[in-house]
Amino acid sequence: MNYIEKIGNKAIIVLNSIGGMCLFLINAFFYIFIPPLKFRLILKQIRFFGNKSLVVILLTGAFTGMVLGLQVFYTLRKFGSEALLGPAVALSLVRELGPVLSALMVTGRAGSALTAEIGIMRITEQIDAIIAMALNPIRYLIVPNIVAAIIVFPLLGAIFNLVGIYSGYIVGVKMLGLSKGTYFGQIENFLTMEDIRIGTIKSLFFGLLVAWICCWKGYTAKYGAEGVSKATTEAVVLSSIMILILDYFIGTIFL
Amino acid sequence: MIEIIELRKSLNGQLILKGINLKIAEKELVAIIGKSGVGKSVLLKHLIGLFRPDSGSIIIDGINIVKSKKEIYKIREKFGVVFQGGALFDSMSIYENVAFPLREKKRFHQKKIKDKVMQALEDVGLVGHQHKFPAEISGGMKKRVALARALVTEPSIVLFDEPTTGLDPITLNSIHMLIKKTQEKYNFTGIIISHDIPEIFNIVNTVAMLHDGVIVEIGSPDEIKVSKNPVVRQFITGNIEGPIQVFT
Repeated sequence: MNYIEKIGNKAIIVLNSIGGMCLFLINAFFYIFIPPLKFRLILKQIRFFGNKSLVVILLTGAFTGMVLGLQVFYTLRKFGSEALLGPAVALSLVRELGPVLSALMVTGRAGSALTAEIGIMRITEQIDAIIAMALNPIRYLIVPNIVAAIIVFPLLGAIFNLVGIYSGYIVGVKMLGLSKGTYFGQIENFLTMEDIRIGTIKSLFFGLLVAWICCWKGYTAKYGAEGVSKATTEAVVLSSIMILILDYFIGTIFL
Repeated sequence: MIEIIELRKSLNGQLILKGINLKIAEKELVAIIGKSGVGKSVLLKHLIGLFRPDSGSIIIDGINIVKSKKEIYKIREKFGVVFQGGALFDSMSIYENVAFPLREKKRFHQKKIKDKVMQALEDVGLVGHQHKFPAEISGGMKKRVALARALVTEPSIVLFDEPTTGLDPITLNSIHMLIKKTQEKYNFTGIIISHDIPEIFNIVNTVAMLHDGVIVEIGSPDEIKVSKNPVVRQFITGNIEGPIQVFT
């Protein structure tokens, strides 16, 4: 009985948390469409998510493209299909790796910082101060982050893809001797707008997901520095897992 | 006029407030004293709707804020709050912190906002420091910025949650004098959560002692000083022996 009670209690806590998260998102969406939208704060958060993550995205995009170029070239050579290196790299990046890896990188860099910042605001009563001023903290803290993430994630994903494809070109063409025309020509033949659309849709959902989870974890942080640290870890882990799960389901729907 | 009637609140299964009854007249400065952890801050947060009670009423200017969520938003417009740690926004300068409620709540021009912010900073003696950030100023200055931010919208009720915690005796007295001075200037009703015995008696009109979830004594500072209630006596003398358990 005691064991069943414990499972029941745990289930109630989990369901409460899921319910709280859903209401939090609905509340945030409500304020996206109720003016005034805080454009200055949105721009600030676009800079926070985008500009400050750019170096990480450029680096990871470059090395992912280079590794892809190298590995896919040797695999294709076994089948005598080296000419398809360009489309193989481009399709892998645009449909899968670009949106997923860029989202994971931004989660690690900006998502964790976002949770920590909102968490510190929670434990130092800054959020209470906003409420006490008869203002809505969701409008000031959450909405700008969600809007900014939805804008920035697809852009960062696109930059990741671009850098990755050019890095694959450097390895395939400059180092392994494939012709330039073959690399880019075949990309044009195989990469369709549908592929780009799927990648962009994934990035949009990942942006929403990461901003939602990281804001929620920070907003509900408890018990001092330890609570903020716990919230930050949970936000990064949960966001990363959910990115991969969501990637599978979006991939299944659009395949 | 603030009236708290039979207010009860449990947190994590523990009954913190066991039926608080308290009346605070307009323009009165009231100190709520009591041992740490008795629920003074919890009581204060009920007044601005950060906590909702399990039962009881809080009537502010004739409106029971417990009954209606809509009313609480209107009532908050009347409040200014000085939080324990200041609760200043780290990412904003002192000027921006004080200007924040004006920018967001009132539709003032920049010039008027600037005038009001500078006036509030002058009231708390911080002109010249407006470009600094919270991390660059002392604890006493943070409390003064918090006071300026609370006063800038000219609220009719100001709540102070331990406004002098962690300050040296001189700064503590200067903050108390500042509260008194600004209260006389802005004519607000003030509720101060404080542990500063006897200093707090110099500035307030009324003192209420919270113990074991209820208000055990209420009166003027002079009445409290000569109270025969053993709980009050022990608290104001700081005696470790008496009805208040020191270690629980």
